[in-house]
Amino acid sequence: MIIKTKKDIPSSEITPPEIFKERRKFIQMLGLTLAGANIPSAFAGENKVNFANLIKSTTPDDSLKPTPAELVKNYTNYYEFTFNKDDATKLAQSMVIDPWSVEISGEVEKPATYHLEAILNKQTLEERIYRFRCVEGWSMVVPWVGFSLANLLKMAKPLSTAQFVKFTTIQQPETMPNQRDKKMLDFPYVEGLRIDEAMHPLTMLAVGMYGETLPKQNGAPLRLVVPWKYGFKSIKAIVKIELLKNPPLTTWNQSAPQEYGFYANVNPSVPHPRWSQNSERLLGSGFFTSRRQTELFNGYSEQVASLYQNMDLRHFF
Amino acid sequence: MSWLIKKLWIVTLVVCLLPLLFLGLDVVFDNLGSNPIQTLHIRLGDWSLRFLCITLAISPIQTITRWRGMTEYRQLFGLYTFFYASLHLLVYLLVDHNFMWSLISTDVIESPYIWLGVFAYIIVFLLGITSSKFAMKKLGRNWKKLHRWIYLASIASVIHYFWQLKGNLAEPLFYAMIVFLLLSFRVFIWFTSRQISKMMIPKGRLDQ
Repeated sequence: MIIKTKKDIPSSEITPPEIFKERRKFIQMLGLTLAGANIPSAFAGENKVNFANLIKSTTPDDSLKPTPAELVKNYTNYYEFTFNKDDATKLAQSMVIDPWSVEISGEVEKPATYHLEAILNKQTLEERIYRFRCVEGWSMVVPWVGFSLANLLKMAKPLSTAQFVKFTTIQQPETMPNQRDKKMLDFPYVEGLRIDEAMHPLTMLAVGMYGETLPKQNGAPLRLVVPWKYGFKSIKAIVKIELLKNPPLTTWNQSAPQEYGFYANVNPSVPHPRWSQNSERLLGSGFFTSRRQTELFNGYSEQVASLYQNMDLRHFF
Repeated sequence: MSWLIKKLWIVTLVVCLLPLLFLGLDVVFDNLGSNPIQTLHIRLGDWSLRFLCITLAISPIQTITRWRGMTEYRQLFGLYTFFYASLHLLVYLLVDHNFMWSLISTDVIESPYIWLGVFAYIIVFLLGITSSKFAMKKLGRNWKKLHRWIYLASIASVIHYFWQLKGNLAEPLFYAMIVFLLLSFRVFIWFTSRQISKMMIPKGRLDQ
């Protein structure tokens, strides 16, 4: 599949040795052990990895100033745990994320279940600084650590019949109170992308942020990041990736179809039925500073507008 | 004790300012979380709605206790509703938008939940500026008619709260319940008093 982007986003193909070493360390810090190997849980120890040598992917946002990490770590929507954005920080810590495996199935030549560390072994981790815009009207700038989703999908060899990708969050009712009590949403959480969106070089799977392993409340150990879509598309704690012929029914779309569409592209001129999407509060910006004017495709028009060339974005919201 | 009762109005006046003081302290000590502007904005809105509920509770309390001495407290709580609602609005305009009118106008036009907030505020504003005894005399019968709009303001405020949320509806549900109870008490009183007045009419006159 050829994705036309006006500006090419160079992504490094070569891994310098020092980065490879950092990556090994990172994988260890994730607490993921090689099959059979008996390494004591890395989570017991120091959880910080220095990513000074990490490849900085040349994204259109290199000039962006990341939001202070503490704000990002304490402001999450994780409805499996709580409906409050500051409570997930504590509640999510009970989650069990080691060991972790991801099933890739559906319209692929090689369906398989991979241990996360087996996936990471084959990937070059990069830092990418992306804008993140929530459908609720707030935004932040996050330096994610991860790799292109396309790289992982290619491992499974998608068939030509694969038109959509469905992602599923882990079902862990013993640690997720709202999954246990079946509150509000139909869990497990499901999200989806069109295949060309999934293969787009900006679409990434993140395993870290701010040079550290991903905190549990931010979607550890593996989450999607689609920077030109509203945050709820960027599903957390992924255990299953299915390639499908037809669009999957996604969780928010199922819950309120007139309010949350399948595409959910950031678009200031398509308001939510109950509130405007014209502006956003950038976390970390001070009192008496105005909200920020929201940009079409969250500022990534140059890279992704061609994906939606002949589509009525009001209809396909 | 009698001193306290005498001064109770003044004490109430001061106590009602405490939420603002605590909020101010949270601002100073950076204790409002990752999105402090929104937290500040919502907490002011919450207090406005709480005072609206307290204001609405005065009449039922007077009816139940048969004590008519609470009118000036109703005025005080009503004015605090107006006060916190004004701060809520001011934070929206100034702290969140820095008076960027282009952003504000689009936001208001495109957000139905804000229409209800504006509607409720206009009512609370009108009631606030006509709360004095002078205005009461001046408006005569119309005063009571005007001040009945508080019922609509309370309903609009609750929907205003509901409509801006994506997830947790527990808090607006709580206020919806309170407002429902306070309004249905009035419907109940109105209904029963109608029944009683019907019974008061001499039998013979009903036949005519």
